[in-house]
Amino acid sequence: MVGPFGYTIWLLGALLEAAVVVCSLIRAPLRRYFTLNLYMVMSVLVSAGRYVEFSRHGLTSTEYVYFYYYSDAILTICLYFALMGLYAIVFEELGVTMRLRVFMMLLLIGTTLFSYSVVHQSESRMLTRYVIEISQNLYFVGLILTYVLWAALLKLRESRVRVIQIVLSLGMYFSINAASYALRNAYPDLRFVWAFLPPAAGMFLPVAWIYAFMRFDDEARLAPSRLAAVPR
Amino acid sequence: MMAAIIFIFSVAALMQFFVSYCRSLIAASARKALSSDVQDVIGIRRSASVEDFDRVMQYLHLCPDRREDRNGIKAIGAYFRLLGAVGTIMGKLLPSLRVWTESERSQCAYFAAVALDRRIAHNRDMFAEQMSA
Repeated sequence: MVGPFGYTIWLLGALLEAAVVVCSLIRAPLRRYFTLNLYMVMSVLVSAGRYVEFSRHGLTSTEYVYFYYYSDAILTICLYFALMGLYAIVFEELGVTMRLRVFMMLLLIGTTLFSYSVVHQSESRMLTRYVIEISQNLYFVGLILTYVLWAALLKLRESRVRVIQIVLSLGMYFSINAASYALRNAYPDLRFVWAFLPPAAGMFLPVAWIYAFMRFDDEARLAPSRLAAVPR
Repeated sequence: MMAAIIFIFSVAALMQFFVSYCRSLIAASARKALSSDVQDVIGIRRSASVEDFDRVMQYLHLCPDRREDRNGIKAIGAYFRLLGAVGTIMGKLLPSLRVWTESERSQCAYFAAVALDRRIAHNRDMFAEQMSA
């Protein structure tokens, strides 16, 4: 049962995602952050789709559960595109964007096949289990890729505050979701954890991106040495 | 087994991303000088101390807030408490870590002072707009 709190989170999340697109269009060129906007537009559409499924079939219906997990997997793939866009921004001067895109697409396909093979070997072969497995693995690979991007930012001494904050908030989003899906996979009965964590992470990402777009312009910079957790 | 590894790695990465995110927020405001009015009110010039944090936060709560600042302040508040806990627990074993956490916490206080400065300036602008309307 979704209470007033649940509806508020749902509506607020969709509004915040739409607000990211508006803020991005106001404060930055569309082409530069196109993949980030694409992800946020997809999130709004998925939220609307989930609401339609929920109102037609109910929260515990098979239709809603399937729609929820499959749309989540699609959103994660869109987030991969957003991550590719960030890689392109960071590495634009090195001219290796195309190679990176090919590598990330191969990784995405590999993760999907790996998840399928893991579930295929298991006895239950439940489709819902495959979706949870693939979501967990996609979020984890996304986390690794964000971590690599973060390391590259430090190595290249990237100083653009907006890019840094977008990458770090994306890293936190991937971490929270990978951790919650892993917990869900290991302990399917801990419902209270994933009833709270994914919506909280879902709210955090648009808020952090709105902050990055509205608070800083593209040229705002900081000293890269201040970012490493260990002082240099 | 796989899920456990993913969980542990994700939590560790989350901590590191969170610390770096907070440091990026602090670094972005570290170069900003405080206005003379705010310097007089809170008694901070170029650098703040750990003890200033709670006092500045009280001023921040008194001042009508700006939506854009709210989450950054919350994140830094959480970071300040996290550093306090780490400094208390690990500080006796690693004195250098304690020094580092104290330095970070004083920068959190300066971040809060800059946020206060921004809020006051914003409210003054709003007031001036209302008076002229």
